[in-house]
Amino acid sequence: MHRPWRLETLSTLTLLIAVISLFFTAGCARKDAAHTPAAKAGVNMVTIKGSDTMVHLVSSWAEDFMKTTPDIQVSVTGGGSGTGISALMNGTTDIASSSRDLSDKEKTQAAQKGLTLKEIPVGLDGLSVIANPSNPVKALSLAQLKDIFTGKITTWKAVGGPDMPILVYSRESSSGTYAFFQEHVLQKQNYTKSARLMPASSGIVEAVAADEGGLGYVGLDYAEKAQGRIHILGVKPDAESTAVMPTVETVQNKSYPIARELYLIVPGKPSEAAQKFVTYAISKEGQNIVQQSGYIPVQHQ
Amino acid sequence: MSSNPATFPSSINSPTRNKLSKEKLIELGLIAIASTSILIVGLIFLFIGKEAAPFALEPGLGALFSDTWAPTSMMKESFGILPLISGSLVVTLIASLIAVPFGVCAAVYIAEVATPLEQKILKPFIELLAGIPSVVIGFFGLIVLVPFIKAGFHLDSGLTGLVGGILLALMAAPTIISISEDAIRSVPLSYKEASLAIGASRLETIWKITVPAAMSGIMAAVMLGIGRVIGETMAVLMVTGNAALMTLNPLESVRTMTATIAAEMGEISFGSEHYRALFCVGILLLVTTFGLNIVARQVLKKYRMGA
Repeated sequence: MHRPWRLETLSTLTLLIAVISLFFTAGCARKDAAHTPAAKAGVNMVTIKGSDTMVHLVSSWAEDFMKTTPDIQVSVTGGGSGTGISALMNGTTDIASSSRDLSDKEKTQAAQKGLTLKEIPVGLDGLSVIANPSNPVKALSLAQLKDIFTGKITTWKAVGGPDMPILVYSRESSSGTYAFFQEHVLQKQNYTKSARLMPASSGIVEAVAADEGGLGYVGLDYAEKAQGRIHILGVKPDAESTAVMPTVETVQNKSYPIARELYLIVPGKPSEAAQKFVTYAISKEGQNIVQQSGYIPVQHQ
Repeated sequence: MSSNPATFPSSINSPTRNKLSKEKLIELGLIAIASTSILIVGLIFLFIGKEAAPFALEPGLGALFSDTWAPTSMMKESFGILPLISGSLVVTLIASLIAVPFGVCAAVYIAEVATPLEQKILKPFIELLAGIPSVVIGFFGLIVLVPFIKAGFHLDSGLTGLVGGILLALMAAPTIISISEDAIRSVPLSYKEASLAIGASRLETIWKITVPAAMSGIMAAVMLGIGRVIGETMAVLMVTGNAALMTLNPLESVRTMTATIAAEMGEISFGSEHYRALFCVGILLLVTTFGLNIVARQVLKKYRMGA
């Protein structure tokens, strides 16, 4: 009679002790973490977070950089330029990669937190306007792009194409590309409500490749890799001028109207490892990789 | 283990007293562990409320009742959550319209008609469906369903609320099936025997006696299923196109409340109006799912069916 009861009690007690000791060890583990060698090695960890446009580029840099500097570990994540910049201000990343410059809002926020942020231009990108390959329209003017993306023009017929609706694809609002396009093409006006917001540049490429009426914008790198499945439209600075295609030359000589600078953003006093990485990025080797990744190197001052 | 026999005699000597104190200790410990979940729910409400509250002062809750969601506008920011609510409503309605009849019929079949072998095959697969990560379901939707819907309805783009609703139906169905099945099984055998005895056919018994008798459990299952649908994020973010349109048309692109939070939370700066607005959306979601759960539980309790 008594035996089963005792065994049951014992096993319950054991369970309880196990749970309690789990809590204790969890607490200890956290305290210990600060003294483990892993944390000391953290001095040589560099995390880079931000622009999705720049993820390929920054990863290639990181790979090449770690080959020559094996004592520094670089980890790269995307999420959008804004994400990277807020992470930098919250101290959760060492370097932010950004496809746009800091906004006034972000500058005041950084100042409130007692931070000064340095923007270092590390490359140039031509923002490519892409459409479905079946679409006969070859070029659009800046004014037409603005009207399409703000919702004033809704059919391809209005810009000299076939009679079908324009499906506007944009990035999500956390994207630097979204903000850049809004500022420089939409002239700060709102995107049309019917713009479909895609979580990634690849999503825009897929959607435009699938939908005959699709129109979107992505970085030059993405657009060139997807050549054939989409076609890149030329952009006319104004209605009368000839269309300019985004290429290395047109972006570098500023004749292509929607080109932008790419930045690495670091705090006023970056860690030694972060500083080394930035120095590498603007060095000759770093700029070679910019070119290999489909972007345009910055002219050396 | 060797020390255990030594402790046994003492507990045999005074079993009642030892039992009482030991049990009390265990009970207290277990209560503490069990109530952490209550504490966590309370803290979630508290902190989300704390982050959202300043929005009521500046710019005021009235700003939420507009039909424009343009939180990053460079001209004038606008935090109207009505299009987000309509977006969530569209996908939830579609998911319910598909998952409820499908789930209930499947539950009836498994509980009442299926042979033991069929049950053995069907049940693990339904449970497997419940375990598929939503991002995988979203991926399936993007690759298979989006082009299919586009071609099927001759649409310009397949990224629509309809696809989101269908995917969510896939995720809600397992919940609805398993809980409804339990409810149907718990209908007393005597009801069915009585029905069959007065000459009702098997089908009549199922639809006119068993299902109505299990209705409360089925309702609870439906509400729990819908709760999951409203809260689901990843799959809808991938397939609905996320345009904040004020529409109830399932063939348009929609932006749900969950997708909005997931897509925008990463970018916003701490303490901004946009940040507060997203927390307001979070509260609305929390209250909706919490309300559905409470109603479901009340229905279950009323008919003394577990939980």
